[in-house]
Amino acid sequence: MTQGLAEAQVTARVTESMLENGLKILLLEEHKASVVTVHIWYRVGARNEQPGTTGLSHLLEHMMFKGTSKVGPGQFSRTIRKNGGRDNAFTSEDYTGYFETFASDRIDLALKLEADRMRNLLLDPKEIEAEKKVVMEERRLRTEDDPVSALREAMGAAAFQAHPYRQPVIGWMTDIERLAREDLARYYDTYYVPNNAVLVAVGDFKSDELLPKIRHHFGPIPRGAQPPSVRAVEPEQRGERRLFLRKEAELPFVFMGYHVPNLKHPDNFALEVLAYILSGGKSARIYKSLVYEKQLALFAGGGYDRESIDPNLFPLYASVMPGKTAEEVEQALTAEIELVKNEPIPDRELQKAKNQIEAGFLFGQDSVFNLARQLAEYEIVADWRAWEAYLPGIRAVTAADLQRVAKAYLTPDHRTVAVLIPEKIKK
Amino acid sequence: MTSARRRYRWVLSFSLSVLLLLPVFVAAAPLAERQVLENGLTLLVRSSRALPIVTITVTVQAGSLWEPEERAGLANLTALLLTRSTTTRTAAQIDEAVDFIGASLSSSADRDLSELHLTMLRKDIPKGLELLADVLLHPTFEQGEIARKVQELRAALRKRQEDPGEVAQEVFDGLVFGGHPYGRPLEGSEATLTTITRDDIVGFHRNHYTPERTFITVVGDVGRGEITDQIRALLGSWPKGKGAVARATAPTPLQEKIIVKKVDRSVAQANIVLGHQGIRRDNPDFYALTVMNYILGGGGFSSRLVERIREQKGWAYDVNSQFSPGLERGSFQVALQTKNESAGPAVQEVVRELKRIREQGVTDQELVDAKAHLTGSFPLRLDTNAKLAGLISAVEYYKLGLDYADRYRTLIEGVGKEDILRVARTYLRPEGYVLVVVADQAKAALPE
Repeated sequence: MTQGLAEAQVTARVTESMLENGLKILLLEEHKASVVTVHIWYRVGARNEQPGTTGLSHLLEHMMFKGTSKVGPGQFSRTIRKNGGRDNAFTSEDYTGYFETFASDRIDLALKLEADRMRNLLLDPKEIEAEKKVVMEERRLRTEDDPVSALREAMGAAAFQAHPYRQPVIGWMTDIERLAREDLARYYDTYYVPNNAVLVAVGDFKSDELLPKIRHHFGPIPRGAQPPSVRAVEPEQRGERRLFLRKEAELPFVFMGYHVPNLKHPDNFALEVLAYILSGGKSARIYKSLVYEKQLALFAGGGYDRESIDPNLFPLYASVMPGKTAEEVEQALTAEIELVKNEPIPDRELQKAKNQIEAGFLFGQDSVFNLARQLAEYEIVADWRAWEAYLPGIRAVTAADLQRVAKAYLTPDHRTVAVLIPEKIKK
Repeated sequence: MTSARRRYRWVLSFSLSVLLLLPVFVAAAPLAERQVLENGLTLLVRSSRALPIVTITVTVQAGSLWEPEERAGLANLTALLLTRSTTTRTAAQIDEAVDFIGASLSSSADRDLSELHLTMLRKDIPKGLELLADVLLHPTFEQGEIARKVQELRAALRKRQEDPGEVAQEVFDGLVFGGHPYGRPLEGSEATLTTITRDDIVGFHRNHYTPERTFITVVGDVGRGEITDQIRALLGSWPKGKGAVARATAPTPLQEKIIVKKVDRSVAQANIVLGHQGIRRDNPDFYALTVMNYILGGGGFSSRLVERIREQKGWAYDVNSQFSPGLERGSFQVALQTKNESAGPAVQEVVRELKRIREQGVTDQELVDAKAHLTGSFPLRLDTNAKLAGLISAVEYYKLGLDYADRYRTLIEGVGKEDILRVARTYLRPEGYVLVVVADQAKAALPE
């Protein structure tokens, strides 16, 4: 029903170029407000790390704010802020991204600062030691003292055996503690090169005026050696894996993750629609059944890690209601999967999922930040043009496709089930 | 000075965090066009034609300030139940109707107000508005739905105990505000939730959800005339309320002494909240405090607390300070998390920074940088339709004036070093505060 609304895809307005040193540049003019966001993403994340040095990508991300030969520690963010801007960074399994957003007349500042730190990072040993402590606090905050997050980490570590997606992005605590300056320096030299980066700018600028500025700042940076590729391939899972995590908590929690293909496989569109059928909103099957009707779960849902360089997981989760058990919740989640396999999805329900996806596609274009994020992510995990294929692919999904992919991928043999067993909180 | 407890650099391990950010609002025009209907219902409309989407916020004077202490949780429960059945629709039918058009509809309560949010495609405005009016005017508060929601809220209250940061915040609010609504969880407690009856909820809705206590903010791809006509058709005959309703007023002032509350948990990190009562939103010192707090601990990597505790000491991933002003005096607080062993020293540093800014004020450079950021980044608060709607609603609710975007710059620019010193001395109380530490107390070894 919403077909036609998003016909004029935003990707049609993107201009792509590449500098001689291999820096990929994507520019999208968006003139609704005089604001601009500049993103630089490097093709490096937890998937590039080795056992024993997990957390390297993320620690290096922190160190990118700790000084170059020109810009002192802490001065990067300070400079952006006093110019009315915001900046931050993030690390995932597949990439490390940096951004600045502010009034469009300040765009040169972002380019200058980002070009500087692509090249001239100091990696002062004293700053490294202080920042390692900060990251260890971050890990305590996000993982150690958060039972659900700890469970998600444990599930990932069990679901993947050969592929580095098993490693937490923030790294294992013992690894963070031991990361050394030479690890960071080698990593920086290997991956922070223009031919391993993509620059995305979205907002109120003229592309033909911006491109020479980008060339001015980044052009002189020499191309680096091609970084090594990740060769690990996760073997097919043949039999369910199951783990339990005991931790101080009030309510049990169930996480399950099925191995599925990613956006590079034609089945990705059907899996995406299936994710909406199961967990897109309060009328979706999992919420309606587990939370509303059966009152087994305080909240429940799922998703699909579709935008991922290598095949990832299709996770489902539920927080168990007091008085109910993890077994009951797990059975109810599994029953919803089986139902999809055994009974065709009614037309209206299929149309609802597609409508949600199309509307969400438009809502997601409301902020320049989000547009830049989407472009950069697609470019890193596949190619930014893969974004163009999204809506047409979704529209073509049939009820039969949903049944087929559910049968093919969402089988017990392909899944890892992680259960949080609460230990009493002392009070 | 909004709440943003955890910022800074983040790890993307599972899903992308939702990010804040920005487009520019060109000042010198009002934030929205305002109109009051015959029954007292106020409409605020801002056209934004960039995308075929619309965001609508309904704001009602019906926060926890209006609920009796022994019925704590009533405002929240009423708001949550609006979308859970009407005279013509079941909860499942409402959910299905919203999802089918790819829209989102939610309702929630806060301390000062309750709100309904609707986001949809432009072409679905008639359907969306009809649903919105239905849940606003005709909720039935079915007994089964009440029981279901109460059960969920009780479970959520329990689950919150898993988060040491939430535990610290809850204990802190209780000690700073006592029995005042600002001092208790919005959800109420196990005890009060069981005493709330359907009659209480129906009565709360009847008395507080009335047109003269409500305004509607519309932002998006729509003209003022067309949306006003549609809203008038649906809500124009909504009858006015019966008159004034009472609410909680100022919280009892805290005594000028240090109150330390330790909560023992086997956690890897101590969660610390330190602070006291703050100001009302209508306090003219709000702007001087905004600048002062930016320099102290509200300015991220530019703030003194982050510089000292994170950058120099490596003790915390996040440390920040904030004022939370409302219709009544909200809190001032500093929050941080650090490994158990450094809890004591970290608290000492926080108190030292509070004293230092009171005694010495700020430098010229700090003042210039803070003002440059606060004025220069104002456009970044108006990024999306949803953020615009949020700002317009706040401006209307706290009577800031629709020319707020223009005046904000002047108000911030007008703050001088002597103002900073004065407000720091008036509103920061390093001699009398509440300190809550949720930690493994054996390891934390805090001074008494």
